[in-house]
Amino acid sequence: MYKLFATLKKDIRILFKDKVGLTLMFAMPILLVVVITSLQASTFELVNDNKIQMIICNRDTDDASIQLVNGIANSGMFKIADASKTLSDKEISTLMHEKDALVAIIIPADFTSGILKKAKNISSKALNDFGAEENKTHAKEAIAGSLTLFYSPVLQKTYLQSINGALVSALQLVESKQILNTIYFSLNGTNLPKALQEDILTNRVKIKELPVSKSGSKNIPNATQHNIPAWTIFAMFFVVTSLGSNVVKEKLSGSFLRLKTLPTNYLLSLISKQIAYIGVCLLQVVVIFSLGVWLFPLLGLPSLHLPSDMFSLFIVSLFSGWCAVSYAICIGVFAKSQEQANGFGAVSVVILAALGGILVPGFAMPNSFHILMQLSPLHWCLESYYELFLEGGSFNDAFKNILPIIGITLFIQLISFLQLKRIQLI
Amino acid sequence: MGDLALHIENLSYAYPGQTKGCLSDFNLKIPEGEKFALLGPNGAGKTTLLHLITGILPIENGSIKLFGNEIKNKKKSINKLFGFVPQDFSFYQELSPKENLEFFGAWAGLSRGEIKERTKELLKIIGLTDVKDKPVAEFSGGMKRRINLAIGVMHRPRILFLDEPTVGVDVQSRHAIICYLKELNNSGTTLVYTSHQLNEAELLCDKVAMMDNGKIVANDSLTNLLVCHNENGLEGLFLHLTGKDFRD
Repeated sequence: MYKLFATLKKDIRILFKDKVGLTLMFAMPILLVVVITSLQASTFELVNDNKIQMIICNRDTDDASIQLVNGIANSGMFKIADASKTLSDKEISTLMHEKDALVAIIIPADFTSGILKKAKNISSKALNDFGAEENKTHAKEAIAGSLTLFYSPVLQKTYLQSINGALVSALQLVESKQILNTIYFSLNGTNLPKALQEDILTNRVKIKELPVSKSGSKNIPNATQHNIPAWTIFAMFFVVTSLGSNVVKEKLSGSFLRLKTLPTNYLLSLISKQIAYIGVCLLQVVVIFSLGVWLFPLLGLPSLHLPSDMFSLFIVSLFSGWCAVSYAICIGVFAKSQEQANGFGAVSVVILAALGGILVPGFAMPNSFHILMQLSPLHWCLESYYELFLEGGSFNDAFKNILPIIGITLFIQLISFLQLKRIQLI
Repeated sequence: MGDLALHIENLSYAYPGQTKGCLSDFNLKIPEGEKFALLGPNGAGKTTLLHLITGILPIENGSIKLFGNEIKNKKKSINKLFGFVPQDFSFYQELSPKENLEFFGAWAGLSRGEIKERTKELLKIIGLTDVKDKPVAEFSGGMKRRINLAIGVMHRPRILFLDEPTVGVDVQSRHAIICYLKELNNSGTTLVYTSHQLNEAELLCDKVAMMDNGKIVANDSLTNLLVCHNENGLEGLFLHLTGKDFRD
C-alpha cells in the first residue's frame, strides 16, 4: 500500500510541475465552454428571437395578395421588405444580396383573380353537393397563380421547410377566407360578417409546449445545459495530451529502465496514474460545473441547473473520468514518441467527440454515423449526463448508459495490458 | 574464493530481427565481494549483458544465477538482491533528489522509516543535502550522476551493476563516486562495473574481463593479465586483445 501511496505522490508531484499539461487540461476547456456556450446562446437567440429578412415583390394589386402579405407578416418569422413590382427575377436576386435577405417571394399579377376563381369553383361544387344550386358543368379546375420562392443556398433544409410551412399556412388562410366568403354570399346574398369570419378562421386549437422530464422538473434545455456536460467530457478526454505523453516519456526514459529492475510490478505505476488522473477529471467536473453555476450568469449566459441526484452525477463523472484516463494510457502505451501521443491523442479525441455528439448533436447526424456513434465512449458519457441534466433521470436511468462506458473502458484496458505484455514492459 | 554472486552459463542473446547474436555461449563467474570490471569496445555486448542480468531483457538461452537464484524464474524477490546504475540518467528530472530517492526507495520495497533514514544518509554522502528540494533538471551532469548512483544503492543491494557510472563527470564527482564505490565494496557489496575509463577501472577493480563480439576474450586479475600479455598498462592490454579497428 505504501508503494502505491509513494507512486501516487510522485505522479501528483510530476502533474503539478507540468504547467503546459495543466493549462491544456483546465484553461483550454474552460475557454472552450465559455466561447462555445456564448456562441450557441446567441445562435439560439438568433433562431428564436430574430426574424428572417424576406423580400416580397407583389405584382398583384388586389385584396388576396394584400391578405397574403399580412398573413406572412403575422406569422412573426419574417422581417419584410417590399420590392417594386416591375423587378425581374434577376433583379430580385441582386436585391437579396444587397439587403442580405435569405428569402424572396414573387406574388404573380393574377394571384387574386386565381384565388377568386378557385374559390368560386370550390363553392359551386360544394353547393351542388348540398343541392343548394343547380347542377352546372365545371369546364375545368381553376388553379390559382403560383408563388415563386427564392432562397439563399446557405439556408439549411430544415429552415427552408419552416419557411415553406409558414407560407403554406398564410396561403391556406387566404384561400379559406375567399372560399368561405363565396359560399356565404351564395347562400345568404350578403358578405360574411367580420366577427364570424374571425371566429371561424382564427380560433384554432392552442398548442401547449412542455419539455419532457423524468423528474417532473421544468428545466428548460438551453446552451448551458447542453454545453457544460459536453465540453466537460471533452476536457476529460483531453487529458490524453498530458497523461499519454507522460506514459510515453516514462516508457522511453531511463526511469522506466530502473523501474523494471526493481521488485515492483509496473502495473502499480499505471494504477497510480489512473487514480491521479481520475482525480484530475473529477476536479475538471467541479471547476467547469461551478463556472456554469456561478460565472455564467455574470457573463449574461443561462445558469447551469445541476441535477438533484448528486450521487448519480458523481458516479457518471467517475466512470467517464476512468474511461478518459484509460484511453489516454492506451494511447501512451502504443505511441512511440511524445509527439505521436500528443498528435494522435488530440486528433482522435476531436474525432471521437464529433462522432459522439459533442460537436454536432447525434440526431443531426446521418444514419450511417449512428453505428459509429455507439463506438465513441464520449457518446455514452454524454448520454449519461444528458439523462441527468436534461431529462432529470435517476441513477437507474443513467446506469443503462454507464454500462457501455464500463464495457469500453475494460476493453481499452485489456488492449493496453496485452500491448504492455507484448513489448515486455510488464 | 567465496560463494558466487553471479554465475552465467551458456548465455546467448540476439535482438529481435538480428541474425547475428549479440552474445553467444557466454560464461562468467563472479565471486561475492569482488570488484569486477567488464571492459570492451563499443558493441562488445556489455550493456546487453547487464540488461539480461537485471531482467530488462528476457533470457532466451542459457542461465544467469544471482547468489544461486535463477533470474529466468522472474521472482521479484531476486530484484532486491541487486542494484543497477544505468548509463542514462534513470530518474525523474522534474522531481528533486529527495523525492526521487523516496519514490525509488518505496519501489525497492523499503519501509517508510528506512526510506527517510536512507535518503538523509545518501544525500549527505553524495553531497546534495543543500539542494535536496530542487528539481534535478537544474543540476549539472556530475550531480545527476551522483543521484543516479544513490538511487541504485538505496536498498543496500548485495551486488551492484554499474554501466559507465562516471561518463561525462568532472574530476571531483568522479573521485567522490570512486571513493564511495570502494566504501561499498569494503562493506561487502560486490561490484560489476563497465566503463571506457580504463584508468578508473585500474584504480577501482581487482579483476578484469575483456569482452569482444559477445564473448569474453580474457578474464583474470589485472596483474596476471598484464604479465601474461606482456603489457605495461590496461590501455595497451585492451588494444592488444580487441584490436585497433573502429567498432561503430
